[in-house]
Amino acid sequence: MELLEFIKQPWPWYVAGPLIGLTVPTLLLIGNKSFGISSSLRHICAACMPADIPFFKYNWRKEIWNLVFVFGVLIGGFIATNFLANPNTIVINPQTIKDLSALGIKDFNGLMPSDIFATENIFSLKGLIFFVIGGFMVGFGTRWAGGCTSGHAIMGISNLQVPSVIATCCFMVGGFASTHLLLPLIFKLF
Amino acid sequence: MKSTFETPIVEKEEFVCEAPNDMKTSESGFANLKYLIVGIMFGIVFVKAEIISWFRIQEMFRLQSFHMYGVIGSAVVVGMISVFLIKKFNIKTLSGETVEFHPKKFQQGQIYGGLLFGLGWAITGACPGPLFAQIGSGFVAVLVTLLSAIAGTWTYGYFKEKLPN
Repeated sequence: MELLEFIKQPWPWYVAGPLIGLTVPTLLLIGNKSFGISSSLRHICAACMPADIPFFKYNWRKEIWNLVFVFGVLIGGFIATNFLANPNTIVINPQTIKDLSALGIKDFNGLMPSDIFATENIFSLKGLIFFVIGGFMVGFGTRWAGGCTSGHAIMGISNLQVPSVIATCCFMVGGFASTHLLLPLIFKLF
Repeated sequence: MKSTFETPIVEKEEFVCEAPNDMKTSESGFANLKYLIVGIMFGIVFVKAEIISWFRIQEMFRLQSFHMYGVIGSAVVVGMISVFLIKKFNIKTLSGETVEFHPKKFQQGQIYGGLLFGLGWAITGACPGPLFAQIGSGFVAVLVTLLSAIAGTWTYGYFKEKLPN
């Protein structure tokens, strides 16, 4: 029982980071697989709507492990949220709360603010910007960059690849620009 | 008569997967359970370390918390040491194969695409991995984000030849 209580606390970075890092040798050693998550989105395109586009004409069945892996991530999310959830409110830096309150965020109780991520926002301007446009940028951008945080920042840099360092720096620059320049404009709409 | 041994799909270029399966021996559907289990562990870590939280991403890009830098930094260090050890001692896979590594070539897309992904990352609060964990956590709205990310990937594939790569 005490162990369960212990696990239910939020995990610190020095536990989570090394566990995520260990995914790299685990996938390599159990099946010669290079770690990368955004590729799953490409396999879904190749499997469901290749539309004669050369980029999606390949044997996606060989890469089915990647789809099984991301399905596992989804199940893991379900297990952690339903059986291992932290009973306490999330601890957020007071300065972040102050900055986000100024933008109009009111709900600081869960992992995601319901001001944005509530289901009823799907068919609203908020939904269009945060889900449709935001998601589109993530999908288009990661494939254009040839990977995301897992494939470039973790797998690529672990393998000492300079292009992955460049890509990771660009992810960060984009994120800073979005947070400090785009979000203040976006929140003015609501 | 056409030979049946010819590959029916004519590709313009060689298929390059950024997260490839380099296993030579074929795997049964059952063997895929291994990846399901690794994925489940990974998803649990994502939620328990609050990496899927939009607030953690905001803290990171506002330089108001060390958490995400610690997570990514220590993951990279552990990954780097692991790759170094696998190469140095030529550690084989479970089925006895040599582990394959792929050098990445510099392409302009890493800059343009990287910036675009970064812009989306701060808005959605998720890179592709956490998207799946958020959906599993019950944030139904993120299904729309995932579908849109798939649409974005498809659109990239459609316009690939016209973009600077």
